[in-house]
Amino acid sequence: MKDMDEGYITEDGRKIGGVVMEMKNITLRFGGVVAIKDISFDIREGEVRAIIGPNGAGKSSMLNVISGFYVPQEGEVWFHGAARPKMRPYEVAQQGIARTFQNIALFEGMSVLDNVMTGRLTQMKAGLFSQAIWKGKAEAEETANREIAEKIIDFLEIQAIRKTPVGRLPYGLKKRVELARALAAEPKLLLLDEPMAGMNVEEKEDMSRFILDVNDEFGTTIALIEHDMGVVMDLSDRVVVMDYGKKIGDGTPDEVRNNQDVIDAYLGVAHD
Amino acid sequence: MGRKDKLVQMQTGADGLLSIPALLERNVEKFGKSPAYREKEFGIWQSWSWIETSKEVEALALGLINLGVSEGDFIAVIGRNRPYLYWSIVAAQMVGAVPVPMYHDANAEEMAFVMGHCGARFAIVADQEQVDKVIEVQDQLHQFEHLIYLDPRGLRKYDHSHLHEFTHVQDQGRAAHDEFIEDLKARRAKLDYDSTCVMLYTSGTTGRPKGVVLSNRNIIETAKSSSEFDDLRRGDEVLAYLPMAWVGDFIFSIGQAYWTGFCVNCPESAETLMADLREIGPTYYFAPPRVFETQLTSVMIRMEDAGKLKKRMFDYYMEHARKVGMDILDGNPVGVWDRWKYSLGNLFVYGPLKNMLGFSRVRVGYTAGEAIGPEIFSFYRSLGINLKQLYGQTEATVFITAQPDGQVRADTVGVTCPGVELRIADSGEVFYRSPGVFVEYFNNPESTADTKDSEGWVATGDAGFIEESSGHLRIIDRAKDVGKMASGAMFAPKYVENKLKFYPDILEAVVFGNGRENCVAFINIDLTAVGNWAERNNIAYASYQELAGHPRVLDTIQEHVEAVNQSVAEDSMLSGCQIHRFVVLHKELDADDGEMTRTRKVRRRIVEEKFADIIGALYDGSSQISTVTEVTYEDGRKGSISATLDIRDAALVAVTQKMAAE
Repeated sequence: MKDMDEGYITEDGRKIGGVVMEMKNITLRFGGVVAIKDISFDIREGEVRAIIGPNGAGKSSMLNVISGFYVPQEGEVWFHGAARPKMRPYEVAQQGIARTFQNIALFEGMSVLDNVMTGRLTQMKAGLFSQAIWKGKAEAEETANREIAEKIIDFLEIQAIRKTPVGRLPYGLKKRVELARALAAEPKLLLLDEPMAGMNVEEKEDMSRFILDVNDEFGTTIALIEHDMGVVMDLSDRVVVMDYGKKIGDGTPDEVRNNQDVIDAYLGVAHD
Repeated sequence: MGRKDKLVQMQTGADGLLSIPALLERNVEKFGKSPAYREKEFGIWQSWSWIETSKEVEALALGLINLGVSEGDFIAVIGRNRPYLYWSIVAAQMVGAVPVPMYHDANAEEMAFVMGHCGARFAIVADQEQVDKVIEVQDQLHQFEHLIYLDPRGLRKYDHSHLHEFTHVQDQGRAAHDEFIEDLKARRAKLDYDSTCVMLYTSGTTGRPKGVVLSNRNIIETAKSSSEFDDLRRGDEVLAYLPMAWVGDFIFSIGQAYWTGFCVNCPESAETLMADLREIGPTYYFAPPRVFETQLTSVMIRMEDAGKLKKRMFDYYMEHARKVGMDILDGNPVGVWDRWKYSLGNLFVYGPLKNMLGFSRVRVGYTAGEAIGPEIFSFYRSLGINLKQLYGQTEATVFITAQPDGQVRADTVGVTCPGVELRIADSGEVFYRSPGVFVEYFNNPESTADTKDSEGWVATGDAGFIEESSGHLRIIDRAKDVGKMASGAMFAPKYVENKLKFYPDILEAVVFGNGRENCVAFINIDLTAVGNWAERNNIAYASYQELAGHPRVLDTIQEHVEAVNQSVAEDSMLSGCQIHRFVVLHKELDADDGEMTRTRKVRRRIVEEKFADIIGALYDGSSQISTVTEVTYEDGRKGSISATLDIRDAALVAVTQKMAAE
């Protein structure tokens, strides 16, 4: 399956395209601590790719490498067929990568709509003066961007809280708003850091539905980290399993589920 | 207009307009550019003029012919109120088919019954949720052919051999315009006053739903006379948010809207309803009592949380409104000083409150479906909102009686609507006859004969009497629910239940006592109100069940029950209906469990059977009862909850004095 450069067809009949991003022998150290050790894998266009592993396996570090926040000491990140140089976060965003955070990072005092609109900032080109007097280009630009933001609000069914300050929302809804903000950037690659953490079953079901819908409706490539195994196995097309900074498995959920190393890592095994 | 002319008009239809599509055509000619529909989508109110509406409907109608809809076919329409679905209804009529609007929250089984009963070949539905339900029961519906959906989300991967997107059907219709337009015109021309306008399934407080067939005559005559009764006009605005399967919504959002040409506004989603209501500010508003109750509850909760000054202002001016507000509204003489104080109140309290509720512009407001608590009713009226009651049912195309402006009272349902005749049978049951009387129950001649006699009189199933002093009709209860207690005293459960339900803490109450020595009651707490109270009083609870069983909640409910007993005792006819013992139920009565209808009326008999053990305990004097109840979750799975419920005794008020007088 992986040999095919043209991509593959998933079990449910979705067509997955070529490689969008490739991690080549990534090693990341913090001082003497090796967070990620010589890991390689790829993410293909249109797929839902999960990174799983026990606590401290290096999943979030991996996501931060993908998002360009951490620069690995060794190895290269290839994006759209070229090695990616060291970049600032906004440059990454302009490349079409958006993310959500494990512990929500929204502007609490601002309304949901305003938060979602911040996701459009990279697309706004009007100058400071034009924005200040609110004429011509700035106005037209805001209208166009508001339309996109509203479509996403509609898509994620958060119309009723459009004008509510984010600080007043319950946790599950905040997560959804964060997803909305990431989507507002119209990303090609969406990174989700534990999108279901701390949710109840109903909220998890809703969120899973939205993630699948995003992938289906916008064709967005999604890379996610998640603890809930049921969710991961249901959502993802391919899974990378990490343990102590190393890759111990990579494949479809079924392949990974039957991989002895993965079972050992999760269930524990006697070290001799 | 002379009597003879009127007679001619009755025969030929109002101004020769014999169908909804004909009314649409007239509206396009007369005021094509005024707004016909609005819907909030993507944060903005989108609107369609009558001309645009007519084009959309025509494209859809052509598309339906293209799909093979023949005259006489039934087309199910399922979803929340959206302009597209209203167009679907009119398009169905245009091609000679019969639209069957259905409850969007019906489960798959209920859907299978209705669609199987009418033999629907087509369905036009809102979204994936509805598509899934129809697909689930498709095997039981052998005549079923095509499914059309509005929102494509999540449906991309479905097999599209019999599944069509709404806009595609319209596109195909437009493309095939020349091919089918003559056929469409011919079909439209065939519609007459007696052809079926719509078929609506009754919610069925007892047994299976019945399909009520309403003709164009029923709808248009009723729309015409009721619009005149309340002087409805083109500039009016309504908010369409009640289930499309309910006759009330059909008469307001289609009948009266097409007759008078006012604009129908559809909210963005169920959750944004209150905000949308405020933005639109309807001039003509309709809601069942429950909606008014919920709004009143939320106002009261918010006032509890308000600052001291605001709270005192609210209390002070509401007190004054209760005193003179209704008289001012009815145009009765009120002193200058009181008027001045009322206008101050309007500035500080009533105006802002009405604005918050979205009632600033309401010219005519109606409540019906169930009796409304008098206190709730007068709350709204004292604010200067012209809220009135009407009495009606699906079989009458809504209107039987309504209250004219200036003659509004909480305990009556008004005088007969224009064209309606009323008769009270010896048993106390109310009968009526009118141009709105339904044609028949579909495929059910026995029930039709049971309900409607050869002269056209229809039994309402409600017991009532005409008040001599005012000529207004007063409804006591469902005729079959009114009974006698063992002592021979009259038993009218609804009367007591309504008194209980006025308390914001009580969402629902069911009183039992027919043929018994005394009355007992089931009570459902209102989670919003009681939850808020618990929060303020630092009472921790983990679930609805735990809160409902909390001793302090029981204390509060007991106070309410005892206060109701006090008030029941004052009515000489019904003083026997005081509640001796009550229990607060561990679950909310729910339509998914069959305990209520989709219009949220309690199914008394089912509740009685299902909770027979609890009723037993209420009568045998035990102080606790352990019970297990089956529940159905929203996705159709079943589970059960077990609970031990405390049973409380309520203090009674002696009525010896009156008993002696009898």
